[in-house]
Amino acid sequence: MAIAVALALVLIVIGSVAFHLLSPWWLTPIASNWRYIDDTIVLTFWITGAGFIIVILFMAFCLFRFRHKEGRQAAYEPENRGVEIWLAMVTAMGVVALLAPGLLVWSQFITVPKDAAEVEVVGQQWQWSFRLPGRDGKLGVSDTKFVDSDNPLGLNPDDPNGRDDVVIVGADLHLPLGKPVKVLLRSIDVVHDFYVPEFRAKMDSVPGLVSYFWFIPTRAGTFESLCAAFCGVGHPQMRANVVVESEDGFQEWLRKQHTFAQSSPQTTKAAARR
Amino acid sequence: MVDLGSVEAIPPAETADVELYHPKSWLTKYVFCQDAKVIAIQYSVTALAIGFVALVLSWLMRLQLAFPGSFAFITPSSYYQFITMHGMIMVIYLLTALFLGGFGNYLIPLMLGARDMVFPYVNMLSYWIYLLAVLVLIATFFTPGGPTGAGWTLYPPQAILEGTPGQDWGIILMLISLILFIIGFTMGGLNYVVTVLQGRTRGMTLMRMPLTIWGIFTAAIMALLAFPALLVGAIMMLFDRLLGTSFFMPAIVQAGEHLKYGGGSPILFQHLFWFFGHPEVYIVALPAFGIVSDLISTHARKNIFGYRMMVWAILAIAILSFVVWGHHMYISGMNPPFGFFFATSTLIIAVPTAIKVYNWVLTLWRGDIHFTVPMLFALGFIVTFVNGGITGLFLGNVIVDVPLSATMFVVAHFHMVMGVAPILVVFGAIYHWYPKITGRMMNETLGRIHFWITFLGAYAIFFPMHYLGFMGAPRRYYEMGETAFMPASAMTLNIFITIAALIVGAVQLAFAFNLIWSLFKGREAGGNPWRATTLEWQTPQTPPGHGNWGKELPVVYRWAYDYSAPGADGGFLPQNQPPAAPASRAAA
Repeated sequence: MAIAVALALVLIVIGSVAFHLLSPWWLTPIASNWRYIDDTIVLTFWITGAGFIIVILFMAFCLFRFRHKEGRQAAYEPENRGVEIWLAMVTAMGVVALLAPGLLVWSQFITVPKDAAEVEVVGQQWQWSFRLPGRDGKLGVSDTKFVDSDNPLGLNPDDPNGRDDVVIVGADLHLPLGKPVKVLLRSIDVVHDFYVPEFRAKMDSVPGLVSYFWFIPTRAGTFESLCAAFCGVGHPQMRANVVVESEDGFQEWLRKQHTFAQSSPQTTKAAARR
Repeated sequence: MVDLGSVEAIPPAETADVELYHPKSWLTKYVFCQDAKVIAIQYSVTALAIGFVALVLSWLMRLQLAFPGSFAFITPSSYYQFITMHGMIMVIYLLTALFLGGFGNYLIPLMLGARDMVFPYVNMLSYWIYLLAVLVLIATFFTPGGPTGAGWTLYPPQAILEGTPGQDWGIILMLISLILFIIGFTMGGLNYVVTVLQGRTRGMTLMRMPLTIWGIFTAAIMALLAFPALLVGAIMMLFDRLLGTSFFMPAIVQAGEHLKYGGGSPILFQHLFWFFGHPEVYIVALPAFGIVSDLISTHARKNIFGYRMMVWAILAIAILSFVVWGHHMYISGMNPPFGFFFATSTLIIAVPTAIKVYNWVLTLWRGDIHFTVPMLFALGFIVTFVNGGITGLFLGNVIVDVPLSATMFVVAHFHMVMGVAPILVVFGAIYHWYPKITGRMMNETLGRIHFWITFLGAYAIFFPMHYLGFMGAPRRYYEMGETAFMPASAMTLNIFITIAALIVGAVQLAFAFNLIWSLFKGREAGGNPWRATTLEWQTPQTPPGHGNWGKELPVVYRWAYDYSAPGADGGFLPQNQPPAAPASRAAA
């Protein structure tokens, strides 16, 4: 039994490492500037993987070497301060090696560049809608109380900044390649989460507040966005596409989109009469 | 001035034994019983039974994931009801109840040399309220609309809105059941804490307590501090649902209709939930840590390595675990700079946790390792726990959590670390203490089959699952459907995982059979089949009688780990063995 258990542990280590090396399932090819996130994951893999292999193999060795035999007597050693402190220090160093780069990347993640273009993503059961600022470069104020069938994203019709906002409901979002984007997230019903695996970044969209994240699309193409916060029975179907393309292509697409004034004529006209 | 040198040592205060309640009828002996040992068995049987329901639910969800659309009775709604109930039952109604209500009740008085808990009547009430909570939970399966399908985290607004399965009765009864559970637990928890503090026999100092008791004791204190957060969360959500308040409900438009809510905060609930939820992980883990320490020490015939460090590590983990809850909410939309704090506090916990792992492994070093069934499960726990623990270092490090959160990586991580690992300890502990509880050994061959399939099978289920998460497969999808970035091979992996899950689930029947069969046919165990040092193995009767001990309570002279100690002649010294052991000399 001792040999079986020790062997099983060795095989678990070998199997886990082999699975890791041979697995066809791994991070999707990255399409954003967050390569540092991938690097941090790989670093974490090295450090924790080494710990896993050492601990389990050492355990397997002990199980084999100190298996019960007639006449064996265990050693009596209640504690060994030196060993305990040394191990604690090594672990603490490993933790620092993980944490320091992690926090550094996190501080980049939450520091939005000043020149980032704002894009709003609005979640509702079960579709994504988008809004881009118009020529003025500003998103108009919004509130869930303004939501109706003519004004699905709840823009404040009295805010002039919102008139030229581009409103996209039930269609794809396009983004220009290589430009930083600040994604503002809203929800008008339950918690959703805008998630494009290739961008690595994601964030919940929570009703009642505006959350955000930022990234730079670095690869042209069409990427599928999913919802990553359980939002009801339609959760797996809540999808949209994000098309990353050159600046020219993006501008051409943008020109074809409807502004708030065009897409919500009743709301905006009524506001104009007031 | 008093001359201290001349003051005589004051003998410890002795209070006369309080007479226990003696059952007068069958009903008060076996049903409405105040004996902690019977209450422990009641708790354990109830928890294992409801856990079996949760196991079947996991089969159903795995069938759906591997063969989507093949089973007419698994609809999207029922799938979400299955995952919700599976999670809630496993975490709260099985693991929490079993470790504290089950093992806590059985072991605290016996291991500390007490006749019973200090409040036996309250202890009895604790179980009956727990049973009521379980019955209310089960009732949701039979109400119109069925149980809630809000996910086990019950996040508002979704949990109480139209369109969520079980919005009618399911969520209301779920919240009521949780409130009942917490009330029942509080009665038990106060009992465990006060018994440890007040009920120890002479000589049983805190630093002589077995680590099992340290784990259960600390977990009970943590639960008393953590559950109230869930309690107020549940009550406030119940108000939102029934009275139309808006604690957690902002302005919402659903299906084109403006709901009568506004001004509340969904994130507030998440804070309350995880202020409870993270300590909850350790409420389950610390008793498991304690028990596994004792199993390894006993079956390796060696003292636990670094006992004092083990105690301090338990206490450090307990305190730290109250300041890490935000790591469940890195992408919740809470203020982003919180990430710095919670990532730091979370990764610091890795240090005392790693120390525990090292000390378990170093206990094996130069031991005399007996590969008994309890030992096999304890060893399996270490592997699973190390694996699940290091993936915690991924998720705890805030930036690494961003891509991995809400994916199958998280599912794999928490099942490994707080599903499989503690359950392996539960099994090991049952094989270990069954002889004391029933007087008979469990069948060893069946036990080994149970171990190998459960341990290797669970690893086969959850290790590959991490890689689905790396790829980006989100959790809580009842089907992936057409997803551009997922290769077809991901479905093959899903089928593999499901087959492994069906096998691991099925082998639990061998365990259930063994539990019942050994009750009648198991080998006679004798009083101390594992040659263990702790007091529960030194009782005059096996199973221990009412009041646990004979006329005199045992007196403790030593710590719980005198295995292969000098003077023990290769054997062991029970905690109640007086120094200068004449008995062992006579034996030699």
